[in-house]
Amino acid sequence: MHPDYAERLVKEDKVEYKLTFKDYAKALTKGKLLGLKCRGCGNVTVPPKMTCQECGGTDLDIVELSKRGKIVTFTVVNVAPEGRQNEVPYIIALVRLDEGPWIMGNLIGFDPARAAMDLIDKDVTVGFRVFPGDKYSPGDQASPVFSFV
Amino acid sequence: MRKVAIVGTGHTPFTFETEKTSIELFSEAAMDAINEATLKPKDIQALYLGNCLGDFSEGQAMLQSYAANDIGAFHIPATRFEGACASSSLAIRDAFIWVASGYYDMVLAGGVERAASMGTSLATRTFAMFTDSHYEYPAGLTFPAMFAMLTHLYAKKYGVPLEKLKEQMAQVSVQSHYYGMFNPKGQFHKEITVDNVLNGFMVCSPLQLLDCCPFSDGAAAVVLVSEDKAREITDKPVYISGIGQASSGKLSAQKDHLPRLKAREESVKQAYDMAGIGPEDIDVCELHDCFSIASLIAAESLGFFEYGTSGEAWEKGETKIGGKIPINVSGGLKSKGHPIGATGASQVAEIYHQLRGESGERQVEGAKIGLTDTLGGDGILCTLIMQKGW
Repeated sequence: MHPDYAERLVKEDKVEYKLTFKDYAKALTKGKLLGLKCRGCGNVTVPPKMTCQECGGTDLDIVELSKRGKIVTFTVVNVAPEGRQNEVPYIIALVRLDEGPWIMGNLIGFDPARAAMDLIDKDVTVGFRVFPGDKYSPGDQASPVFSFV
Repeated sequence: MRKVAIVGTGHTPFTFETEKTSIELFSEAAMDAINEATLKPKDIQALYLGNCLGDFSEGQAMLQSYAANDIGAFHIPATRFEGACASSSLAIRDAFIWVASGYYDMVLAGGVERAASMGTSLATRTFAMFTDSHYEYPAGLTFPAMFAMLTHLYAKKYGVPLEKLKEQMAQVSVQSHYYGMFNPKGQFHKEITVDNVLNGFMVCSPLQLLDCCPFSDGAAAVVLVSEDKAREITDKPVYISGIGQASSGKLSAQKDHLPRLKAREESVKQAYDMAGIGPEDIDVCELHDCFSIASLIAAESLGFFEYGTSGEAWEKGETKIGGKIPINVSGGLKSKGHPIGATGASQVAEIYHQLRGESGERQVEGAKIGLTDTLGGDGILCTLIMQKGW
């Protein structure tokens, strides 16, 4: 490779992964929910990825989000994957954050036996738990949890 | 591009835990397909094999190479396709493209899985690998959980009371088990009632046991050949006239479009456009009913019914033989079984026999055009349209 080309690749064309899982998860454990705001279209992407989820743009800024949103759907899981039998029953929810994106996590502090359609549209705030991982996972993974405001 | 025909299919019984290995299962399906095509293994120029979890079910990766050798198709290029539950549909689509291009004349495609052999706990864990491992699996996401969330979303978005929706979904399972009675290759041969479904064990609310397809073992295979070869082999070739494939991001990234899957809409549009037809032209359809709600969601995006109304269609019998569009008269994934790597090839085999008028008691009379819809994970979609070639 020509040295000038190599230098240009590094300085101008190379698109760095702005917010990795490791950094996103580390912030979550410190009480911060990070996302990526697109300078092109203004939309926020979270969970983070290389490009804006709306327009595919790569000009993104890391922003701290409000950690507030509404439940859009949920389920109570009674059949667990291998190694997670001790967690059932648990509630998984998808939450629409105030900033627009949806994220997945567990609803906590609520009796799964009472989970019904009226959970939808309830206001929640985002915290975290740490999934310790299993033999197929790459170690500890911080994951969002939701509780009522 | 050349025309490409299917001229042979093979299909093992779909079962609970089997003692046969994945290679043994696939070889049986493959030899049936090659024999039906009146070819020999040495005629096959390439193998495209769908398999998801051989690594976990029996410690066997790279089985495509051993499978080719097993059937005596020595040293041919053999490629594995992993697209979760859509794996063998992807294999067939790629086989089509290679034969259409003129590169090959005769290709074997199909798939195999031993999901039942893994048991519910390991199968649930490994199927969950078809979700986002870092951003969604830590919450305990499983496949029934995903479709359970889509069920609540469907009820909310279309204003269908959950109780009513549940009854409509039960009707989907009841219909699949009814037609499953007539499929000797299927896993279940037992009729069920709406009450059976609504009184079943709650797997992931609101999905109960009989809303869910089973874990299954089995294999299926098809032989694809160029038009010239097809004319030498049979008077009744079935041509693939439209193909589609699309992908998606993780479930949460699909947000406001849910419970619809954008990838399905992209994939089916490609297939309809290529075939130059629309949903009104389809005579028989095999769609991806991994869960009862999945049938309702799929039938709408394929263009058969308005959004939010396909539950009524099942209730009125519009999806039965004689109805507007017969769907899953094989018994579907629900009753026939769902050995995930083999499912797409099994769907294609069903349409092949339907178009040839060979489906016995579950025959859709006069069927000329058929469609398969296969879903992998939360966002790989593959659509194949087949037409009578005579």
